[in-house]
Amino acid sequence: MGMTLAEKILSRASGQEQVSPDQIVMARVDLALSHENADLVRKSFLEIGVKRVWDPSKIVIIFDHRVPAESEKTATTHQAVRQFISAQEIGNFYDVGRGGICHQVLPEQGHVKPGMVIVGTDSHTTTHGAFGAFATGIGATEMAGVWTEGSLWFKVPSTLRVEVEGEFRPWISAKDLILYVIGQLGAAGADYQAVEFDGPAIRRMSVASRMVLTNLAMEMGAKVAFTPVDEVLMEYLRPRTSGKLEKIAPDHDAHYERVMTVDAGEDLWEPQVACPHSVDKVKPLSALGDVPVHQAVLGSCTNGRLEDLEIAARVLAGRTVHPRTRLIIIPASQQIYLAAMRLGYLETMVTAGAMIAPPGCGPCVGVHQGILAAGENCVSSTNRNFHGRMGSKDSFVYLASPAVVAASAVAGKLAHPAALTEEFEPCLMEF
Amino acid sequence: MPDGILKIRGRVRAVLGDNIDTDIIYPGRYLNVTDREKTPEHLFELTYPEIRAQLEPGDIIVAGKNFGCGSSREQAAAALKFAGAGAVIALSFARIFFRNAINLGLPAVVSGEAAAACKVGDELEINLIEGEIRNLTQGSVLASARLDPRAAELLNAGGLIAYLKQKYSKQEADSCVTV
Repeated sequence: MGMTLAEKILSRASGQEQVSPDQIVMARVDLALSHENADLVRKSFLEIGVKRVWDPSKIVIIFDHRVPAESEKTATTHQAVRQFISAQEIGNFYDVGRGGICHQVLPEQGHVKPGMVIVGTDSHTTTHGAFGAFATGIGATEMAGVWTEGSLWFKVPSTLRVEVEGEFRPWISAKDLILYVIGQLGAAGADYQAVEFDGPAIRRMSVASRMVLTNLAMEMGAKVAFTPVDEVLMEYLRPRTSGKLEKIAPDHDAHYERVMTVDAGEDLWEPQVACPHSVDKVKPLSALGDVPVHQAVLGSCTNGRLEDLEIAARVLAGRTVHPRTRLIIIPASQQIYLAAMRLGYLETMVTAGAMIAPPGCGPCVGVHQGILAAGENCVSSTNRNFHGRMGSKDSFVYLASPAVVAASAVAGKLAHPAALTEEFEPCLMEF
Repeated sequence: MPDGILKIRGRVRAVLGDNIDTDIIYPGRYLNVTDREKTPEHLFELTYPEIRAQLEPGDIIVAGKNFGCGSSREQAAAALKFAGAGAVIALSFARIFFRNAINLGLPAVVSGEAAAACKVGDELEINLIEGEIRNLTQGSVLASARLDPRAAELLNAGGLIAYLKQKYSKQEADSCVTV
């Protein structure tokens, strides 16, 4: 019988010809990713008592949650991790100023290839399914087990297939699509499942946009998520990786637990917004009325890439951020930061009144660089709007696309970028 | 299989709803706390500080579907474990939380019936092998999922660290004999 992508990769990694949903397999791990929580992993690893990690070349550590260190406590954990990395001769380490957000840096630096099994001590590790990898989040102690043994048990997931056809309307992006899907399926709608996004509208998407889908699929509980391994992806991978790249694909007779079809043109008339305090409370923008915005955040492993900064710069060009609003922009990596600088996006943003924060997770996790006070509303291109996620438990986070974040910053309230053209007379700029 | 941790008795401390996320269980701002023993200080801090204040060793938390959704932070499971929770029973768990709980030796029990049937203060007896929860206060029996053998093995060992410690110290001892 045919296999889905998840089944195919797990069958190879566990040395079996065929695997099927609910089967437990022991799979070899090709890459083990951690950020600051490598300190927790390190502690568990030392408790186990094994002297050396299984394969230092397969471990990647990228600091992103608290960069640069915001407190002495964090500085001490950073220091402990650096010492461990040095002692264990882990070469793939991206310290402050060398990398950026782990899920951006990992593919950017050529660590990810189709068919790999990747585990990360971060829930958004699902992002790497955009590169054809079976990639999923695990906890720190489990990672200590991987550092010890280089393998991990998995329950083979059943697969949900999301077919997307039609043309996206102006200002509608991958973020709107995935918020719409999560709204339809719910926060537990894909619990324990693999998700395959495919269809003509997906195949026309940039790699950056595909990463938005696989990243946010986690917010409906997905274990892994994939977009097609096609020529668009190969063009991204070839200059960054060495060795053979396989165009791995699901079999034509693979079994899907469920197939969902979305028409990008018909189902997505306008931008989608996830309302507080749950990612599945999704409404079309026009249904929300006047929502004043005190802070707007553009960045994160979901939407901090060059195309996100580009669309924001287009919206912000010749305009200014509303007096009641703070706009914080965080490029997802040093490379993106540099590219946005060279292209003039950052100048446009700073001129408009935005504050640029260093590549990293920014305020998304609620630790620094833009904590919200009680009663404040924030529109954010990030991935979670849980109670107290970005600061006070009495603050409110609305998740939206980069275009809506930028437009809302200008309007001082949740706003559609198309509405700005009449109201705010931009001075047009060439891009 | 020996009983050990696979039979649990305790009192229901809280009955929570659906999608209790990891930021509710353990706020992200405290992720730089990497001593597991210190994590209970921030358990449910923003949303349900009263649960943390009232939790006694062996108490059971009951919840709806998708408990522990969101972040992979192990501190969420650790805070419950080291605060003394005896088990969490939910309609369903988010997968990373479930694995974290088992790896730390905190029983995570799936039951379709418990969230609707249990009240705060009820005394429960959970049998993880039989897949059965006895509500001793109400005199009722509720179905729960049987624990996967691999998870049962880890729980019985006291969690993944203890399991691997045993495994590798044994290997070392064996290799010493052969040498």
